[in-house]
Amino acid sequence: MSRLTVPKTYKLYIGGAFPRSESGRVREVLGADGEFLANAAVASRKDARDAVVAARGGHAKWAGATAYNRGQVLYRIAEVLEGRRAQFVEEIRAQQGVSAAVAGAQVDEAIDRWVWYAGWTDKYSQVAGGANPVAGPFFNLSVPEPTGLVAVVAPQEDALLGLVSAIAPILVSGNSVVVLPSEAYPLSAISLAEVLATSDVPAGVVNILTGPVADVAPWLASHADVNALDLAGAGAYDWPAFEAAAADTLKRVVRPGGPGAVAPSLERILAFTEMKTVWHTQSLR
Amino acid sequence: MGFLEYAPAPESTSLVSFRNEYGLYIDGEWTAGGGTPFQSINPATEAVLATVAEADAADVDRAVAAARRAYEKVWSKTSGKDRGKYLFRIARLVQERARELAVAEVLDNGKPIKEARDVDVPLVAAWFFHYAGWADKLDYAGLGPNPRALGVAGQVIPWNFPLLMLAWKLAPALAAGNTVVLKPAETTPLTALLFVEILEQAGLPAGVVNIITGAGATGAALVAHPDVDKVAFTGSTAVGRGIARAIAGTEKRVTLELGGKAANIVFDDAPLDEAVNGIVNGIFFNQGQVCCAGSRLLVQESIHDEVVERLQRRLSTLRVGDPMDKNTDVGAINSKVQLERVTRMVEVGESEGASRWSAPCDLPENGFWFAPTIFTDVQASHRIAREEIFGPVLSVLTFRTPDEAVAKANNTPYGLSAGIWSDKGSRILELANRLRAGVIWANTFNRFDPASPFGGYRESGYGREGGRPGLTSYLQAAPAAVPAVQAAKPVTSRKGAAK
Repeated sequence: MSRLTVPKTYKLYIGGAFPRSESGRVREVLGADGEFLANAAVASRKDARDAVVAARGGHAKWAGATAYNRGQVLYRIAEVLEGRRAQFVEEIRAQQGVSAAVAGAQVDEAIDRWVWYAGWTDKYSQVAGGANPVAGPFFNLSVPEPTGLVAVVAPQEDALLGLVSAIAPILVSGNSVVVLPSEAYPLSAISLAEVLATSDVPAGVVNILTGPVADVAPWLASHADVNALDLAGAGAYDWPAFEAAAADTLKRVVRPGGPGAVAPSLERILAFTEMKTVWHTQSLR
Repeated sequence: MGFLEYAPAPESTSLVSFRNEYGLYIDGEWTAGGGTPFQSINPATEAVLATVAEADAADVDRAVAAARRAYEKVWSKTSGKDRGKYLFRIARLVQERARELAVAEVLDNGKPIKEARDVDVPLVAAWFFHYAGWADKLDYAGLGPNPRALGVAGQVIPWNFPLLMLAWKLAPALAAGNTVVLKPAETTPLTALLFVEILEQAGLPAGVVNIITGAGATGAALVAHPDVDKVAFTGSTAVGRGIARAIAGTEKRVTLELGGKAANIVFDDAPLDEAVNGIVNGIFFNQGQVCCAGSRLLVQESIHDEVVERLQRRLSTLRVGDPMDKNTDVGAINSKVQLERVTRMVEVGESEGASRWSAPCDLPENGFWFAPTIFTDVQASHRIAREEIFGPVLSVLTFRTPDEAVAKANNTPYGLSAGIWSDKGSRILELANRLRAGVIWANTFNRFDPASPFGGYRESGYGREGGRPGLTSYLQAAPAAVPAVQAAKPVTSRKGAAK
């Protein structure tokens, strides 16, 4: 006799908690074969604003952590994800209708991506910054710092790898994110939130809003407390309007880059940093 | 003569001869503009210096086309070594003609000769010299081997440091292999037009640098031109927003250096003599018409009265007047429009309840002048504590603890610069970490160097000028420069389209 399964309620991830959408709305997620998988929460404007408040708090904690500590936390995400590999493979198969091998490769790549970026936390500033030989008695040092709070439209093509590839480099330097994951395959994003919640990622550092991108992205693009807008996965949407909305508060905007846009790179880490240069007077009186 | 009075020591203006009329410099030739010619005046005397052509949309089109041709036919085929040599030549020519350029800048801008002579022009030469050396070393810029130029750069610069901003823009763009259409500000076009002689003496190929004059409409046409690959702008945050909006949805790359409202934080353990000099330099350098000016003085409550008293004493000795006089500390405001803006903001400060003190000084009858001014009893909510005044006006606020200083300093949508004055090293380092600003000066202020990146956080713009970050603003990685790990094949197959 087969056991009756206990399906999961897929909610949002805001400030380290899993609230339902304030709007009370959900959207039916069907598998590739048309069977019912879940009712995913549909985030509203209010949810987006709550997520920004949570992310502002998360940013302070995360940016205040040492680079070594951030590296260990990002590595722990890889560890916990590895432990739940089978769950993610099943979920990707159900949503995307791909073979176990293809889904497994996606999960493996996502795990490895966390490992790769974990190693960058205490290195990117050494590579990108340094002492500047100015013509005067000053010790002059440039250091890249996190931009702050980044709103992200994650790549839409797959359930997990695009999301991880988009947010991991943003987290390296100490930014927090409010991310809109794949609209078609939203379930893996919420399962990833369970991984993040148990990997010592401080509450609010990653906030995940499922639902139609076009509903929420404009609010994040124009929100005055968002510092940067990553449109990596927004190519199929009216992203020029998002970029125009971001202009009023002079957000840093990373435009859709097509395939390979979120491939692992130092450039993606640095795109969400600000170079700070400090002049220290160096003279004996 | 009494104490601290000096006989006039005017620099000679005979080194400079402007033409009566200037056209547009496009494709290596002077051509007429399609718009309405306008005059550039000396803000210290209101005398007309020259009449300058206005570029209309068709002229912008011609200039961009010339830059595109020069990029494709000449400059992209010129070796890095030779691009570098052109820039070295330009640096040397600037040094040779330094005094002439300084005098020209004073005439057109109104800044004191000692600043143009000792700061602006030496930095112009330094900027070209610094980036000249990068031109044949782009493989080391951090973008992998064989990075490429972006193409045609449209550059719009402000009137506060006309020639220096030209150097900040041209030097990295040319070193990286771009060609340029540059628009100087409408009130200060003359040093850029004089600079054409240096470009010609250096033998720079025609079309590599095109200089077009005009006001906001000309700049907007340049920024919006579809064949411009890179936009670089220094100016107001309002115009910067418009540019960000105009390029939304395009492939244009952009750097924006916009406004600021810098906090200059003075702790009670600061070396006060140096701090007072630094405060004065921070806000009265270039008549306060500096985007990174230390316009908000945050002084620890216990030393507020002493600092204000020392400031007033120091400001009373500043010599305000003829910018051509070598003894002049504070020159003319650049334009009537700007003077009206400063005057209006000072009226707002008074009406909102802050206490105004202005240095007692005789101001010349002609020209645009504003006496160095300090506001005390300023609240964080006052407009003079929040908005950029861009004039010789300092707002003084107080704090008690380092936490309060940080909170007040960061309480602004801007984030260009900040200053810290303290003799305690650990405190400086902590503050420098916590201040949200792109440039921080510890026990100094308003220092600039081509090796030192400059640029802001938040609404002070994005991108950096100076140093390696200033170079990479004009470069892109070669298409082949894909990290090995990036070559991994896509691991998804799609069944049904992702919406």
